[in-house]
Amino acid sequence: MTAYDTLIPINIVTGFLGSGKTTLLARMLRSPALRDTAVLINEFGEVGLDHHLIEHAEESVLLMDSGCLCCAIRGDLQGALRGLFSQRTRGEIPPFRRVAIETSGLADPTPIAYTILAEPVLQHHFRLGNVVTVIDAVNGAAQLQRHPESVKQAAIADRFVLTKAAMADDGGRAVRAAVREINAAAPVFDMDADPLNPDALLTDDLYATGGKRREVAGWQDGFAAASGNGHDHDHSHDHSHGVGSFCLLFDGPMDWTAFGLWMSMLLNRHGERVLRVKGMVNVAGVADPVLINGVQHIVHPPTHMAGWPDGDRRSRIVFIVQDMDRAEIESSLNAFNALAA
Amino acid sequence: MCGLCGVLGGRGHWTESSASPEAFASRREEVTRRRERQERIRLANRILGHYGLKLADFSGGSYVLSTFTGRSKIVDNITEVWIAAEALTGRGCDPLDPALLAGLAAR
Repeated sequence: MTAYDTLIPINIVTGFLGSGKTTLLARMLRSPALRDTAVLINEFGEVGLDHHLIEHAEESVLLMDSGCLCCAIRGDLQGALRGLFSQRTRGEIPPFRRVAIETSGLADPTPIAYTILAEPVLQHHFRLGNVVTVIDAVNGAAQLQRHPESVKQAAIADRFVLTKAAMADDGGRAVRAAVREINAAAPVFDMDADPLNPDALLTDDLYATGGKRREVAGWQDGFAAASGNGHDHDHSHDHSHGVGSFCLLFDGPMDWTAFGLWMSMLLNRHGERVLRVKGMVNVAGVADPVLINGVQHIVHPPTHMAGWPDGDRRSRIVFIVQDMDRAEIESSLNAFNALAA
Repeated sequence: MCGLCGVLGGRGHWTESSASPEAFASRREEVTRRRERQERIRLANRILGHYGLKLADFSGGSYVLSTFTGRSKIVDNITEVWIAAEALTGRGCDPLDPALLAGLAAR
């Protein structure tokens, strides 16, 4: 079995139509750190436009032009990734070390994540890296209100990149508030104001040898931000289509077997509404925190961090859910954990 | 790959600590895969009893999920247990169900 941290990471760059995904990707790909990145582009509408904008990645670009990546051509994504890996193995293309997928603006990115994590062949060669969601400061809040796809794109994000903030009357405050309500765990970077580097956006994740500690440090901010979303989401916000995030804290250690039973049962029944789960768990009998990370029905293999970041040993788990009640989830997990007592 | 059936082996299920030894490397005492399976079966049966189901080990690698009337399914991991449980009983197995949680508290 291949060790998870040796698999080729795949970053998903998503965001609504015209939000600036290609501009961001083009800027990122200029970095020497991403030189060995293969790029998959899914076009919706004007074929080939984005392809020309990222010419320097031309040799490793595979343009898929058969429609919506998330549903109609998920098989194409499977085929494209298998094909890329096959070409890489045969030496027909440079030995890329990372893949970036730019989704179409109308895509729900969760089936893409599912394909990477669950496809029988791909899961032995690739793993899901950070999902970067580009949000438009001028139109983003309205898009979230009108289009459920954009809410899904926000919910699954590991990072947000805000674009066009200088052009927005409020400097992007409205859309920042809207995405924070949906997904408080993901940091927001301003494409024009913040120094964007590949580490912060794409390469730091739980399975990156060099970036794991930085990633977990970022999670701490996410836990704190999600804890601030203290109210129960028993009402649907206009812009979030019932999607909201919260952080649960548990004082005592968690029994791993009971936790696994609970989480697998929850995802089996409610996986479509549990859009993301991220957590740092104090597992009974284990000194270091165990890190969990899930996307809908799929949970990445757990990993750990060497030592707790501070004296706080509480388990903390961020849930991004649609039309689910925080108190119900909390009391259910407590009841399952008590089984092992 | 299984030599008998030709099925490609997947990555171990995420709930099995033996499949992610790195994540549990700081364990204070050793927990064998067998012991963990036995504990998983014990706890699962406290939940599955609510649905009239029973889980048992099958050759140390799979599980047999049975109804009290004898219908059964062989499954590979705990996610498949819930899928099979819903198929065998014809009802959803919901960890948020207040009746289930009350039952767990009462046992």
